[in-house]
Amino acid sequence: MQFMLLFSRQGKLRLQKWYVPLSDKEKKKITRELVQTVLARKPKMCSFLEWRDLKIVYKRYASLYFCCAIEDQDNELITLEIIHRYVELLDKYFGSVCELDIIFNFEKAYFILDEFLLGGEAQETSKKNVLKAIEQADLLQ
Amino acid sequence: MSPSVPLQEMIRAIRSARTQCEERGVIQRECAAIRAQFRQSDNGGRSHNLAKLLYVHMLGYPAHFGQMECVRMIASPRYSEKRVGYLGAMMLLDEKQDASLLITNSIKNDLSHSNQYVQSLALCTLACMGSAEMCRDLAPEIDRLLRASNSYIKKKAALCAVHIVRKVQDLGELFTPAARSLLSEKNHGVLHGAVVLITELCEKNPETLERFRKTVPDLVQIMKGLAISGYSPEHDVAGISDPFLQVRILRLLRILGRNNEQASDAMNDLLAQVATNTDSTKTVGNAVLYETVLTVLDIKSESGLRVLAVNILGRFLLNNDRNIRYIAMTSLQKIVGSDHNAVQRHRGTIVDCLKDQDASVKRRALDLSLALVSATNIRSMMKELLLFLSSCPPELRAQAASGIFNAAERYAPSQRWHIDTILHVLTTAGGDVRDETVPNLIQLITNASELHCYTVHKLYRALLADISQQSLVQVACWCIGEYGDLLVRGECQEIEPVQVTEDDVLDALETVLQSHMSSPATRGFALTATMKLSTRITDNVDRIRSIVSIYGSCIDVELQQRAVEYNALFKKYDHMRAAVLERMPVIEKNSPRVIPMESPQGRPSRTSSQPKSSTESHWCPNHLLTSFSLPVCGVSQVCDLLDLLGGSEETLQPSPAVGGSAPGLPIHTASTAGGDLLDLLGGLEPAPIAPAPTVPVYEKEGVTLTLSCEKQSDSGLTVTLTASNSTDSDISSFTLQAAVPKSVQLHMKAPSGDFLPARGTANVTQMVVLNNPNKVVSVEAVPIRTASKSFFPLQVNLKMRIRISYTSQGSAFQDTVQIDSFPGFSAAIH
Repeated sequence: MQFMLLFSRQGKLRLQKWYVPLSDKEKKKITRELVQTVLARKPKMCSFLEWRDLKIVYKRYASLYFCCAIEDQDNELITLEIIHRYVELLDKYFGSVCELDIIFNFEKAYFILDEFLLGGEAQETSKKNVLKAIEQADLLQ
Repeated sequence: MSPSVPLQEMIRAIRSARTQCEERGVIQRECAAIRAQFRQSDNGGRSHNLAKLLYVHMLGYPAHFGQMECVRMIASPRYSEKRVGYLGAMMLLDEKQDASLLITNSIKNDLSHSNQYVQSLALCTLACMGSAEMCRDLAPEIDRLLRASNSYIKKKAALCAVHIVRKVQDLGELFTPAARSLLSEKNHGVLHGAVVLITELCEKNPETLERFRKTVPDLVQIMKGLAISGYSPEHDVAGISDPFLQVRILRLLRILGRNNEQASDAMNDLLAQVATNTDSTKTVGNAVLYETVLTVLDIKSESGLRVLAVNILGRFLLNNDRNIRYIAMTSLQKIVGSDHNAVQRHRGTIVDCLKDQDASVKRRALDLSLALVSATNIRSMMKELLLFLSSCPPELRAQAASGIFNAAERYAPSQRWHIDTILHVLTTAGGDVRDETVPNLIQLITNASELHCYTVHKLYRALLADISQQSLVQVACWCIGEYGDLLVRGECQEIEPVQVTEDDVLDALETVLQSHMSSPATRGFALTATMKLSTRITDNVDRIRSIVSIYGSCIDVELQQRAVEYNALFKKYDHMRAAVLERMPVIEKNSPRVIPMESPQGRPSRTSSQPKSSTESHWCPNHLLTSFSLPVCGVSQVCDLLDLLGGSEETLQPSPAVGGSAPGLPIHTASTAGGDLLDLLGGLEPAPIAPAPTVPVYEKEGVTLTLSCEKQSDSGLTVTLTASNSTDSDISSFTLQAAVPKSVQLHMKAPSGDFLPARGTANVTQMVVLNNPNKVVSVEAVPIRTASKSFFPLQVNLKMRIRISYTSQGSAFQDTVQIDSFPGFSAAIH
């Protein structure tokens, strides 16, 4: 995965995780354009789109869009599963997660993501293990 | 875990700001406070401050002053501070920043920390933003961790190694042994990391790939454990056991089995099992199936397995889920070249997807449909494609139009169908077609000579309906100009007869000329067409005259120039007008610039000057006209041209291959192209030339033989003999024999015929090709050569003896004539 963006229906960015080195300006530009493109899509449309030379996989959960940019050889369908797994983790952690949880606890959302994905790839395929690790780390705080 | 109160308060404050300006104010205040706090020494709220800054950064505001704070926090002994510090590092520092190097040491220390969660932070950060420098520094550490006993750390170390290998390819060697041993792990996380690492190593280094081929049996074993036998509640997703790991293993198998029979065989059974047993009701199952299909199609799989894979894709095409359909089409696109027939079976479904609401699906369907067009299905496919074109989203129009053109060109069942199709595209999507469409279409139309009447009628009607599509209008104007007489005559069988008067036609062209929608190029076409009509129609020539003179003062320079020239054509050179505005000949395909100087037999041939392509295209948007390399003369030499054109009238042949009759009426000659000669009148570089004339060499008993020469090359010469019969009785068995000096090679081409009808109604042509390797010169050349330095050795005079034999009124005649001088030959040398 090259990057993951979470944004609201109004285009406000809620989380951004970049796995490729880009300047701040480039990141802003990509974010702006991609958010525009995805928000323009109608509800029943395909979850995949080609944008620049990347494959974009996005899914909408309530008021948040989860958007990933993957490379050519990556499997789009499993990326949808990755997004779903992340949402499940958030849900388990926050208990019925909603956008506000992610707004007010954004750093936790990042910590959870960092326990699930590393360097753009899934590091732990067991939901239980990810949640356990977060729990333990939280205890150290 | 207690929430960060100061952070949440700030977030609340920012969110309650009602305007952008208010928000900026809040943020500025907060940033100032944060900066002040950073300057202070250690207080308990450091992590909260940095968190606040990171939030502000996410909103898009500058936060670079937090970079040093991140570095400091990472070095802190407190876990909470480290955590936020590393998070900040990943968000604010990337490898392009110098500050990133400062954390290398901290990371190094934390990698060997006693607490695995601290180690995990370091690994995560390194894998996210580690630069090549940092990677080189820390690679040995990572390798050590790969061999650690802690699964939690091992899985992270594996993915960190992946990042390192991506950044510094050479370090792959370092990780290879550890990666190999990780495959025997039981922990799924570690296994997953190991598979990803091995995939990366194999992709980057072909030697490593060879080495890892031995692991195929192990991988197959693991897959079997997951897909077929194992049930692990921990890793289960909708009945599939650890789909993430399965997909990664399949992908690695793909890389290992590619181009390798042995490896492909080893995985054959497994792939078949996975393909048949995986539950495809949920996305998860389909994800695994998808990866399986990709693998099967990419390795050297046996044909049964391949068929299975394509069938899975076929099933995907019928799936309700749009995503699955999209995936199926993407995969089919990859194999449409190699497994064409298999994909053809699903053509119906693919064509249905053209009607899908989703633009991505439509795009895929279009690509596939165009790839599936073949000679057998062209008619039905074209119907669908044209339907698609009329309702397709604008970003796909250009692609669809050009795809349709290509398909039509390759598989058109008939010319009429081809023309109809192109016209249809021009009417629906004329604005999106490429520029070459216009000349291509014109070429196509001229080639379909039986359809001229039909074509011009259709185009005329299209023009009446809509003049906004420039390409269509241009082609229509051109056709009306060329075939206006057919239009007015109205006797086309293929469409319902409609009475079109000359006034109607001129009205249509004038509308185009005057419309705001017409581009300058289009108006040029219309003006030229109007002018051409002056020779095709009979009554309204005055109207044409007036139109043309009006445009003589047009603001557009191009139009003005044309109008002025056409005016001149009317006034001073009216005698030339008919010849200048003759019908265009059939244009050769694929060589718009290389139309040979097919001078009809007996025509005075000219030395070919360089095709003045740049100036031509300036004058004529129709590039086809540029090919006729006619000599350019000044205006004063127009009378010479007249002679040539006038002279051409008797001895015209449509083409060299077709001999036979050419009645006085010039038809489809290769001589003139209206636009070209007009350029000549425009007075481009004057270059005096002596055109080679036709010279009578024999005249007896009513039989005339004329000769003309054309220099083909330095030593080659083509002599064309034309015979005509002016007696009252027909001549048959007319043959010519020729002889030349020994040093000259002679090759007689087949004569156009041997029958000379009475009263010169038809001619017989004989081409003789002479090869003059010794560069024998004709007598005429001698006086010229004495003046200049001689390059040619004077050996023998070039002569040719011709024997004429024929039968007339039942009796045989024979005669001989010697030709000593070859007019035009001397001119041809220079």
